[in-house]
Amino acid sequence: MKNRIIYLLLIIFVWSCSKENASDTETYEPTPLPLSIPQIFLENIIPPVIPNNNPQTVEGVALGKKLFFDTKLSGDQTMACASCHAPQNAFTDNIPTSIGIDGDFGNRNSMPIYNLAWNYGERFTWDGKELSLERQALEPVENPVEMHSDWDDVIDRLQSDAEYPELFRLAFKTNTITKELTAKAIAQFERTLISANSKFDNYSLGQATVTPQEQNGFNVFMDEERGDCFHCHGNTNNPLWTDNIFHNNGLDTTFADLGLGGVTGDSNDNGKFKSPSLRNLAYTAPYMHDGRFETLEEVIEFYSSGLQQSSTIDPLMKKVDEGGVNLSMQDKADLKAFLLALSDPTFLANPDFQE
Amino acid sequence: MKIFLALLVCIPLVFTSCGEDNDDNLVASANVSFKFSHKWDNTTINSSNLTTETVTNANGEVISMTRIRYLISGLQLVNSDGTTYSFDGYKFTDLEDETTYNFTPEINNIPTGIYTLKFIWGFSEEDNIDGEYLDLNSASWNWPTMLGGGYHFLQFDGMYNVDTIPSPFNYHNGTARVSMGVFEQNYASIEPETPINITSNAIININMNIAEFFKTPNTWDLNVLNTPLMPNYDAQKMMQENVLSVFSIDGVTQ
Repeated sequence: MKNRIIYLLLIIFVWSCSKENASDTETYEPTPLPLSIPQIFLENIIPPVIPNNNPQTVEGVALGKKLFFDTKLSGDQTMACASCHAPQNAFTDNIPTSIGIDGDFGNRNSMPIYNLAWNYGERFTWDGKELSLERQALEPVENPVEMHSDWDDVIDRLQSDAEYPELFRLAFKTNTITKELTAKAIAQFERTLISANSKFDNYSLGQATVTPQEQNGFNVFMDEERGDCFHCHGNTNNPLWTDNIFHNNGLDTTFADLGLGGVTGDSNDNGKFKSPSLRNLAYTAPYMHDGRFETLEEVIEFYSSGLQQSSTIDPLMKKVDEGGVNLSMQDKADLKAFLLALSDPTFLANPDFQE
Repeated sequence: MKIFLALLVCIPLVFTSCGEDNDDNLVASANVSFKFSHKWDNTTINSSNLTTETVTNANGEVISMTRIRYLISGLQLVNSDGTTYSFDGYKFTDLEDETTYNFTPEINNIPTGIYTLKFIWGFSEEDNIDGEYLDLNSASWNWPTMLGGGYHFLQFDGMYNVDTIPSPFNYHNGTARVSMGVFEQNYASIEPETPINITSNAIININMNIAEFFKTPNTWDLNVLNTPLMPNYDAQKMMQENVLSVFSIDGVTQ
């Protein structure tokens, strides 16, 4: 099965290359830019989700990158996507909840952006409200506690800019700019943000070693009698390190923020939030949907002894009546060491991802 | 794969024999697919009531269910003359996703006749290869290497004693660990006795009675066996025994 998929991908890859080489001077077409799928994903998980109506192109990604870093998208032109999703923080920020152009704080922690094309269920954000990356990209621009702008104004600014109309023509064969095309370009750029080069990735590929402490931390992670982290946060065969679905992990007895329940209207979903990927934790503090924990030690202590019972708590939070899994001091320290080995410094330094 | 190749070899033989037959008793053939439904005794459980239904198990604990996902493989139909037709692939079912309830094998053409069904609960030892199936990896369906690796057969999570003080249970089934580094396969061969009469293109209806996981032959006491059960050898072997009465044939639609 694994080999069949790899061969299929190879065939698609070769075919797309040969197509690219065909002489095509009469009608302009943007240049296809298939995602560069890391070996560890290719060998272990199914291919990424790329919408048929928004294929990756060289010109689309370049435009999306420019838009991502451009303050023209905000009401007073002081804020870009990158303001709360900064490359040096694995495309999040370092405060509990983000601050908008008017000085207002939102109620959620900015989510880091990487490996989003592998979110097979295509529910994005902490509460699953956004059903595609393209739709998500529309939201912060007009959100009053975020960029607090108006799409009509943004389109006017982009349309009257010296460069953008030509960049849209190159990406989408029209120089008439719309919010939908703007969102498509941003989504294309976001799909290129791939992180798969941590120490532990290289260990899994047989190209690096881990310390005994990191190895024991991994065993804590995989042990149902100790950490039991793997049921929601992936494993060596699912190197996304998330299941990309929604759980109530026992943070609170009552819910100030309904999470998924606020989106579905189903009270059984109250208090459920997306399992975040455990990659790049070294750069993405603070943690949880509201950024309540400043350090990884606090997060691990929460799962070890701080769980709160509630009506929708996930049964995978199995020792809730004892406060949690009650890890030993050594196991807590080792688990932290393992988690940090999932961080990928080359992702932060990738020149393709910088302004 | 060997069985699959054998089946391929069989198909031309069937057609050849038909072609040489000049009278009227041509052997008709039929396409078959499988439709799984799920019940707690007489109550149908599907995506709309999985998490809202409250049920009572054989030992008397009141239960709510959060998720049920399971894996079966190696579906076979055995003709009354003893010929076995094997269907490629495996079936991963998530009760929250009703599109996973049905299974149509890629090659599913068989002669009409009377059959019995056989399939494997989980993966056979030969098929239960760690990391081998990319779709199952993507569903985080893996069974930890320290417990023998491969894949879960069942993930059944819920709360028991919901009428008093609710506590979680994680009834997860897969390879059994005898001792550190020593593992024992734990799949089961499911062979409902009910004959299946295939007269034309057919959907074979199979019912899973979830209550049976807690009932026969081992009456399950969730107050004792709740979590963690994956490393618990005795619990794993009791699950392997109890799954034998979980599935039944629920008629044929044709």
